[in-house]
Amino acid sequence: MKYTPNPPQIVDEMLRTMGLTTLEELFSDIKPELQVKNSLNLPAGLGELELRRVLKNLAAKNLNTDDYPSFLGAGAYDHYFPAALEQLLLRSEFYTAYTPYQPEISQGILQAIFEYQTMICQLTGLDVANASLYDGGSALAEACNLACINSKGKKKVVISDTVHPEYLEILKAYSLSGRLEVVVVPGQDGVADTAGMLSAIDRETACAVIQQPNFYGLLEDAAPVEKAVHAQKGLFIMAVDPISLAILKSPAEWGADLAVGEGQPLGNSLSFGGPYLGFMAATKNLMRKIPGRIVGQTTDLDGQRAYVLTLQAREQHIRRELATSNICSNEALCALAASMYLTFVGGQGLKEIAKRCHQLAVYAEQEFQKVGLELKYKQPYFREFALKVSEPAAANRKLLANGIIGGYELEDALLLAFTEKRTKAEIDKLVAVLGGKI
Amino acid sequence: MPKLIFEKHVPGSNAFSLPSSEISDQAFSEQIPDQTNFGRIPAQFLRQEAMNLPEVSEVEAVRHYTELSTRAYGVDSGFYPLGSCTMKYNPKINEWAARLPGFACLHPYQPADTVQGALQLYYEMQEMLAEIPGMDGFSLQPAAGAHGELAGVMIMKAYHQQRQDHKRTKIMVPDSAHGTNPASANVVGFEVIEVKSNPRGLVDLDDLRSKMTEEVAGLMLTNPNTLGLFEEEIQEIAAIVHDGGGLLYYDGANLNGIMGVARPGDMGFDVIHVNLHKTFGTPHGGGGPGAGPVGVKAKLLEFLPKPVAVKEGEQYRFNYDLPLSIGKVKNFYGNFGVIVKAYAYIKALGAEGLKEACQHAVLNANYLRHQLRDTYHIPLDRLCKHEFIINSKKQAENGITTLQIAKRLIDFGYHPPTVYFPLIVSEAMMIEPTETESKERLDDFIQTMRNIARESVENPELVKQAPQQAVIKRVDEVTAARKPVVKWEAGV
Repeated sequence: MKYTPNPPQIVDEMLRTMGLTTLEELFSDIKPELQVKNSLNLPAGLGELELRRVLKNLAAKNLNTDDYPSFLGAGAYDHYFPAALEQLLLRSEFYTAYTPYQPEISQGILQAIFEYQTMICQLTGLDVANASLYDGGSALAEACNLACINSKGKKKVVISDTVHPEYLEILKAYSLSGRLEVVVVPGQDGVADTAGMLSAIDRETACAVIQQPNFYGLLEDAAPVEKAVHAQKGLFIMAVDPISLAILKSPAEWGADLAVGEGQPLGNSLSFGGPYLGFMAATKNLMRKIPGRIVGQTTDLDGQRAYVLTLQAREQHIRRELATSNICSNEALCALAASMYLTFVGGQGLKEIAKRCHQLAVYAEQEFQKVGLELKYKQPYFREFALKVSEPAAANRKLLANGIIGGYELEDALLLAFTEKRTKAEIDKLVAVLGGKI
Repeated sequence: MPKLIFEKHVPGSNAFSLPSSEISDQAFSEQIPDQTNFGRIPAQFLRQEAMNLPEVSEVEAVRHYTELSTRAYGVDSGFYPLGSCTMKYNPKINEWAARLPGFACLHPYQPADTVQGALQLYYEMQEMLAEIPGMDGFSLQPAAGAHGELAGVMIMKAYHQQRQDHKRTKIMVPDSAHGTNPASANVVGFEVIEVKSNPRGLVDLDDLRSKMTEEVAGLMLTNPNTLGLFEEEIQEIAAIVHDGGGLLYYDGANLNGIMGVARPGDMGFDVIHVNLHKTFGTPHGGGGPGAGPVGVKAKLLEFLPKPVAVKEGEQYRFNYDLPLSIGKVKNFYGNFGVIVKAYAYIKALGAEGLKEACQHAVLNANYLRHQLRDTYHIPLDRLCKHEFIINSKKQAENGITTLQIAKRLIDFGYHPPTVYFPLIVSEAMMIEPTETESKERLDDFIQTMRNIARESVENPELVKQAPQQAVIKRVDEVTAARKPVVKWEAGV
């Protein structure tokens, strides 16, 4: 298969126009010893039909959540997306476009981002949102980086180990810069140890971080940490689940300066871990500090309402090494999917989804109790909890043998997530298998 | 001007519904927000504040996004010669592949034996990506080019730290580099030193030599560079950096200009990122998602982000046991959906097809350069690779700027080239046609550029007031930045 439209006689004509005879002459500036001898060690190209077979065979080797009920969560959730979403995302003016640097020819994309920003502000209750970051984990690292840069010399990031472990690892990698000093406070009974967090927060603290719900699906009382870090003039950062925000207290209500999160549950397929999107929202005073692209509303020469990338003095293509972040490409199409999702389900629909998730989780907990299984942590949760299981790997194998993709394996528990896609029958089967009834 | 989705709000019009609940439980109050608990959630965790998302019917929502799409411009809409962005055609079979449930509906934490096909694809992609630029290993984790740079520069830092060489606190970047290079170096905590270009548009070796001290961790370089020129003295550059104890970083944004013909790994580069959304045909999505896998030579393999896919017998799994790894820059394994598309692209083209893609990209660029040189000033008018720079020097006599030419192109149905970059050429216009444009398209573009040049003399106002044919006129960017309105608010 090839996608080059010029056949050999036209290639020759183009070469002749330039006074050349062969394509090789176009590479005379590369010394012969640097040129690939023979050819790359790769298989020969495939026609579309053959390629289709290869890809279909590879895909068929995987068990997918479309065919098997899954109770995996741990940062990526199997929610339902309205069918209209996928078709609209295939509008090629969206997906084959570049970043909307030329506003006159990109109003559709700019308006879509502006609407996305507004929706993220609605969910989080904060004043300003960017056009997206790579994912939840890197968004949190960017937020902590911002807090440290903004604090003029303070380095300390106080964070509970009840935050997603991969987020913590990403944060650790970002701290290679020497600008962040990450203090991980061990949690207690599945939630942040408030006393431990408070004693770690001091004058050197640039920010404190709480994830809500946390990695174990549990609800954190963020209030004492918020008070403590603000008392030390540090920023309070929350990593939140966007679906939960339909019923849970918003980051603004908790007093957060910055909210970030994994936007995948909003209309993005699981896709083996990506592409997803990180969202970020902040209070007004951080507007000129936050990383990434921001779309603003303005007018054109005729006074018509128009949209344009704005506040670009923060960004790498203008500020180079003085930029607030190095981010360039973000996850625009995933953000578009997120805003389409919110439009198609609507505010009331999002609430119904969030409530259903919680109801199903509560139902599962009750059913587990009936077969003598209990939660590892006795704490309020949203749509996910850790179920005490003596051998999690064996339990997952048994579930799989019964046609169920189980949970995330913790040391002595399975972390199980319940989305609106799960049915009573599926939960009953889950309980029966784990309870030894099947 | 189309209404915003919020302005189409009609309470009660959204008919989204869930299946009827199979569970009845008195514990669930139907009135939230309120002061009582909801299920297991105590009142103190419940939201009180309103959340004003739009309520719109499905048909109106579909029309809304369809209308927005008609106010956007993609590669499928027409010629998109955006320099350094490699806006090549995005094959449709790749979109089909990424949406197969066997790829799209996989949870990242599924057991390895339930995702063998995905792991095989991931592993083969690591291998193929290593072969194309001549590296020894790849991590597919970074989500974009700049993210790949970030991971690559972290690897450079970790390498020097591992050697207890703590004085290397600086990174060199040419003055022609992409803005992400110095920004990435800064995010990892390096001081940035700029290396000058010589009059031929290439790295000034004397300047490089004088700056390559024992405080320098390495050099970040794009080759072909942002002027579209191959750094002919790349072996000398590599020797200077390596003799000084530094590492050489390859910014793969311009890999399309040498793909299949020459390999950065053979030129002395130690670390590289590639942009799957440029070189390997995956769509740009209006600003992502992309993917920026990072590759290294053998001595740096142990620093790659974790995990990497490994093959044991006929089984594939992820290996997390990499004690010197920089850790993670992203959740899970990278933008897998994008990786599927790039895999399909490489499989479709094969070794010969990749080389031919590069040759045709370079052919198209040189053909355009040759045909535009009479009407436009070309500061470095010699053999280029996949892109080249013109500017508006000739048109400036009539008061015409590069930006105005770019905007006039919109009136003729083109997406403008990259403008005002690289910074070392004044009024630069950077043109990258890619290999997926036919001679007819190129000839039409050439004719349009000649017409604009003629208009610049005969009717300069026409050019200055462009665009006239777009859905809006030129926008007021100054007010947008001075008085930012970054979200919709009712009644404002």
